[in-house]
Amino acid sequence: MNSVIDQFLADGPPQLLPARELMAFTLGSHILLVPFGVALPAITLLMHYRGLRKGDAVALLLARRWSAVMAVQFAIGIVTGTVLSFELGLLWPGMMGRWGDVFGLGFGVEAWAFFLEAILIAIYLYGWRRLKPWTHFWLGLPLPLAALMGAFGIVAANAWMNTPRGFDLDASGNPVDVDVRKAIFTPMLGPEYWHFVVGVVLAAGYVVAGVYAVGWLRGRRDRYHRLGFTVPFSVAAILTPVQFVLGDSIARSVFQKQPVKFAATELVWKTDTHVPEYLFGRLHPDGTISGGIKIPQLDSILAGFSPDTKVTGLTSVPASDRPTPTQATIAHWAFDIMVTIGSLLMLLALWYGWCWLRRRDLPRSRWFFRCAALAGGACLLTVECGWITTEVGRQPWIVYENMRVSEAVTDTRASSLWVMFGIVVVVYVLVFGAFLAVLLKMSRGWRLADEGALAGATEGDVEGDTPYGPRPLSTTAGVDGGRE
Amino acid sequence: MIEDAVAWVLLAAVAAYACAGGTDYGAGFWDLLAGGAERGKRPRWLIDHAMAPVWETNNVWLIFVLVVMWTGFPVLFQTVFTAMWLPLALAAVGLVLRGAGFALRKPTRRLARRRVYGAAFAVSSVVTPFFLGAVVGGLATGRVAPGTKASADAWSNGTSVIAGLLTVAATAFLGAVFLTADARRFDAADLVGYFRLRAWSSLGVIAVLAVVGLVVTDDDARYVHDGLTSGIGLALVLAAAVGALATAGLLYRTATGWARITAIGSVALVVLAWGLAQRPYLIPTSLTVSQAAGASTTLRWLMLVTVIAVVLVGPPLVLLYRLDTAGALQPLTEADLRRTAAGREPESP
Repeated sequence: MNSVIDQFLADGPPQLLPARELMAFTLGSHILLVPFGVALPAITLLMHYRGLRKGDAVALLLARRWSAVMAVQFAIGIVTGTVLSFELGLLWPGMMGRWGDVFGLGFGVEAWAFFLEAILIAIYLYGWRRLKPWTHFWLGLPLPLAALMGAFGIVAANAWMNTPRGFDLDASGNPVDVDVRKAIFTPMLGPEYWHFVVGVVLAAGYVVAGVYAVGWLRGRRDRYHRLGFTVPFSVAAILTPVQFVLGDSIARSVFQKQPVKFAATELVWKTDTHVPEYLFGRLHPDGTISGGIKIPQLDSILAGFSPDTKVTGLTSVPASDRPTPTQATIAHWAFDIMVTIGSLLMLLALWYGWCWLRRRDLPRSRWFFRCAALAGGACLLTVECGWITTEVGRQPWIVYENMRVSEAVTDTRASSLWVMFGIVVVVYVLVFGAFLAVLLKMSRGWRLADEGALAGATEGDVEGDTPYGPRPLSTTAGVDGGRE
Repeated sequence: MIEDAVAWVLLAAVAAYACAGGTDYGAGFWDLLAGGAERGKRPRWLIDHAMAPVWETNNVWLIFVLVVMWTGFPVLFQTVFTAMWLPLALAAVGLVLRGAGFALRKPTRRLARRRVYGAAFAVSSVVTPFFLGAVVGGLATGRVAPGTKASADAWSNGTSVIAGLLTVAATAFLGAVFLTADARRFDAADLVGYFRLRAWSSLGVIAVLAVVGLVVTDDDARYVHDGLTSGIGLALVLAAAVGALATAGLLYRTATGWARITAIGSVALVVLAWGLAQRPYLIPTSLTVSQAAGASTTLRWLMLVTVIAVVLVGPPLVLLYRLDTAGALQPLTEADLRRTAAGREPESP
């Protein structure tokens, strides 16, 4: 661990490490909510549609409960996302000052798309009671489109940082002659965007399905759980093979557009043909690799479909222009974990598809549901890994081959940044902890209520039987106090 | 010129955030002052229900302000976030605590927990606008120029403190006016008087702060002071004062619908007056609009994106506010989420 810190420290001013850790921590936390912000509305609308179309009360109940979850999740997502906008200025003023007008427009698109999403989600979440059922559904329908548009803006900005285009440099190194279209539609945008979009739908689908897989394993084998599992799991299972192809294609785009990053994720030291593929393993400063499984020729074959493919190595550029061996190892592990989990999810999707084709029914094995219960967490892990691969693999550049992370960092003292880091960690742990506790409590409350209703118990004490408006104080107090 | 057009967009976005976000912060301010759990139950109930559907939308304006800043005026963004590091960092932490506290309080039943979430929400509703206001005040004094390093002096001077307090008072005013209207909408007659009194009090506080501000800024923020006390700046400030007085009168006659418009109008006019007083500077007197402007191609595209966005976002925004004021937006109740037990019967094998 010490060597890791030393290496991070080696390439910049003292405030670089805390600035990096703060950005990594806040973005790494926010990214866990992103799949739900982008894809949960779509999955909920699918369930909603089913409920309206077939007059299915169970589907409508699920959609309503998912919106109640969405209400809390979206709020936490908004505030943790706003923090990131602040951090672009608080931590990386050098990048925004020089490049803001070159690549900032993507964020402009995102800001408006997000605005639209916030409006539509408010109408959707609060429209259940008084809007006409179909009106309510149609007003919610543009939500996934707004979410896709917002994701486009953010991914366009990140893709630009990886393959910056659309400007020339003047004598003092400042960007001139900005071409906005080129700056938005950079070479990495297409591969990154589709990989990201499908990835977040997968993650949201598997996580939501996982909740009902757990219920199923605990013996709650009713239509409510069947539906809650089948709809999101089917969406995710159908997209899993798609993601397999997209993931393969983005790796090859990185090979072509960012060869040094590719060398880091695959631990390629010297430029060569017939390059072996390493599964895991660790890169040392002298270029040797310890541990891991070596498969001869495979890296060349994967990169260019032939063992004769020449793969650029890390040593093709000076040590100061490439990831350190530790950073390369981190990117490599993140990449390999992502690919491993992706492959396992592929098997799970095939299992599901096979049973569906043969019997039009869910698999009977408990092992299937055990795996499905874990798939959500695993998928969130791949989201983190994909992000680590792309960000750590880009080091030491914040704007690939144009600006170093150390040139962009704020002048604020390292000690202030560490204090801020400490505060932010405490706040985020509390907020995310409280968020999970609230979700668990909601779900437990619903389950108990359902079981109570099934057993014929009276539900008279539930608030909300009275029409909307100020409730008599005594009732509210009774409910608030009596629920515990 | 294109950079002036973008500067107007930025000013409009700041004004929109001051009005929409300000109303929201103000609700939090009154939540903080609502008293103990028993005494504050009714006002907090109203605040919860009035804010819930619109608070996220209200706060998205801030993101738009930031985006226009760094895309349109990268140097401005870099300068402000470097020199004003601490207040902006604290404002960001405040935003997290505020949003999370509000969102988590709603589905929580246990009183102790509700207290903690409510306190996080309410305290940060006061702290966040104070720091944002202090940043604006600090910029007006001219203590910050491109290349200025972070220092406490930039945001802890007299003008900054007054600007911060004025911002908090203005949010309290907006919040109280809107909550008075909401109290009428939700047929809570007792709360109409409750919040009306608070709207009047905050106006009184604003008047005192404004007089103190005039004295403090006289030599501390000369350029902006002159801009606000002469010509068009003065006219706008006076119009804002008339709007504020009209709001007080309209509240007395419980014409709450009109009171909301005049209250919004007076806050927007003050923001506009401040923007005009700074002309042609973004940061008086070191960074003009044209010096800070990014590449003109980007600015033209930013305008295009803005126009498209106004077309796309405008109608839904109007729809949201109309549905909200018409009472069509209501949270799902426990009953909606529990009522049905159909489908929970075990499946026959």
